[in-house]
Amino acid sequence: MNTVFHSVSLDKQKCLGCMNCIKRCPTQAIRVRHGKATIISERCIDCGECIRICPHHAKTAKSDPIEDIEKFKYKIALPAPSLYGQFNNLDDINYILTALTELGFDKVFEVAKGAEIISDATRKLLKYGELTKPVISSACPAVCRLIRISYPDLIDNLLELNTPMDESARLARLEAKAETGLDDSDIGVFFITPCPAKITAIKNPLCAEKSDVDGAIAISDIYPMLVSKMDHLKELKSMDESGRIGVGWATSGGEASGTLSRKYIAADGIENVIKILEEIEDEKLNDIEFIELNACTGGCVGGCLTVSNTFVAKTRLSILKQYRPVSCNHIDTEEVPDEMMWQANLQPYSVLKLADNVTDAMKLMNQVSEMVKNFPGLDCGTCGAPTCRSLAEDIVRGYASVDHCVFRLKAEMSHTTPLNEDEIEKFIPVPFREIIDEEKLKWT
Amino acid sequence: MDEVKLHYDVSAYDFTRAGEASGKLKRSLKELGFAPAVTRNVAIAVYEAEINMVIHADGGVIDATVTPECITVVLADKGPGIPDIELAMKEGYSTAPENVRSLGFGAGMGLPNIKKYTDEMNIDTVIGEGTTITLKVYNK
Repeated sequence: MNTVFHSVSLDKQKCLGCMNCIKRCPTQAIRVRHGKATIISERCIDCGECIRICPHHAKTAKSDPIEDIEKFKYKIALPAPSLYGQFNNLDDINYILTALTELGFDKVFEVAKGAEIISDATRKLLKYGELTKPVISSACPAVCRLIRISYPDLIDNLLELNTPMDESARLARLEAKAETGLDDSDIGVFFITPCPAKITAIKNPLCAEKSDVDGAIAISDIYPMLVSKMDHLKELKSMDESGRIGVGWATSGGEASGTLSRKYIAADGIENVIKILEEIEDEKLNDIEFIELNACTGGCVGGCLTVSNTFVAKTRLSILKQYRPVSCNHIDTEEVPDEMMWQANLQPYSVLKLADNVTDAMKLMNQVSEMVKNFPGLDCGTCGAPTCRSLAEDIVRGYASVDHCVFRLKAEMSHTTPLNEDEIEKFIPVPFREIIDEEKLKWT
Repeated sequence: MDEVKLHYDVSAYDFTRAGEASGKLKRSLKELGFAPAVTRNVAIAVYEAEINMVIHADGGVIDATVTPECITVVLADKGPGIPDIELAMKEGYSTAPENVRSLGFGAGMGLPNIKKYTDEMNIDTVIGEGTTITLKVYNK
């Protein structure tokens, strides 16, 4: 199993080994083993669904502490547009941007600004580029990872353009070097992130050798510090450089409407994303130009590292952006510069295959189908796998054994104990028990 | 045994479940590791045939036989049968009722698309008894 970096991780101390996360995970990437959840690294897309669902807060996102900025001479903050929706009664983005400088950043580069540049590039590519339609946005890293492992056929449809975060980092670095004359290694670029998928995209990028971003600070970590600074600003500086399109990227539909095309779809929430990917794969959406997909409900503003209710934040954002200009940032050239495009191809990595060749996979699939017939089909999760079928797949792959299923206990016991059938049945929890003699009186 | 057999039931007039069988078949072909293009062709053709079963026949059964060389899918229904296959194969020809068309189905592309996405296609139909479509996609 490969052990590449994932932001989503487990706090073993807090994990009770319950079934909540294994049932919620959209890629069936979690198993409970020896009383603790374990994440199958190659299946995890860092969507954060398990973080949201875990009642014990055992699932966490590894992010960087703000103290890390001190490692650099020149510190740049890249606030995600979703940050703007986190504050009550805020009528001016500059409060946030100024507070970031008071927290120790030398410069603030709005990701909303980078987003407007990416929107302009997207419009140009849609107009001039020879793209595979429908074009799928590559801005949500959880969606890119999902396509890579489950829908590799759709990699060609992904827009091979930097994300707003990457583009902002690239431009902020260029500006900082020109202004200060400092070396790249002295400049620290920190993304203020709404989600773990972006953190993984920084530490373990799929479409570049190395990210221009040095670290990611969770919105939930920086939020209390920002609030206390915003309450007592020494002087409000006018620093905002983004328009409605840029700020709009925080919510589902913002990126798609920025293409200024009518033939678009914007789907959010991982289950909805999966349904749309299935439809694209079946060529049912060939008349659509552009498809924006966000793993989180509501878009980035619904990320699991944000602090405000998604729908409250959406309303705040729409109020904040209403009097702003449509777009303040454009590309100067007619062509989209190469530096804005992916620096490496996205490689498929299918995790669905049961074996490397079809013949072996067929043997395993037949074994799985036979095995499933002997499981109860309850998908209860007590074996540690999300469904009876996934347990069977684990078994044929060699990661589990039949006795993981508690309902096999009955069959096992009948061979080894002198107890009669009714007595054995009593070991099965009531909801799943066949009615035994004394219970018949109660229930019928 | 270099063969996998898969079976699906298609229920009548249930558009909420239309596409369920072809979706499951697609998932299985992915698990077996077929090339994306092969999987896609089968999924698209079977989806079209599955929709036909929902619209025109009283549902039916789908049986797929998968070998490393070929995917064979037999879709059998006990519907009204197809009176004129040549006409039914014409792009745009449809006998779907208005309520079905309003759902976005019934464009008259079902059978032509099945032919387009498969290597072999055979229609066996008897008026009043039903239709059996057999399609093959080779693993190239």
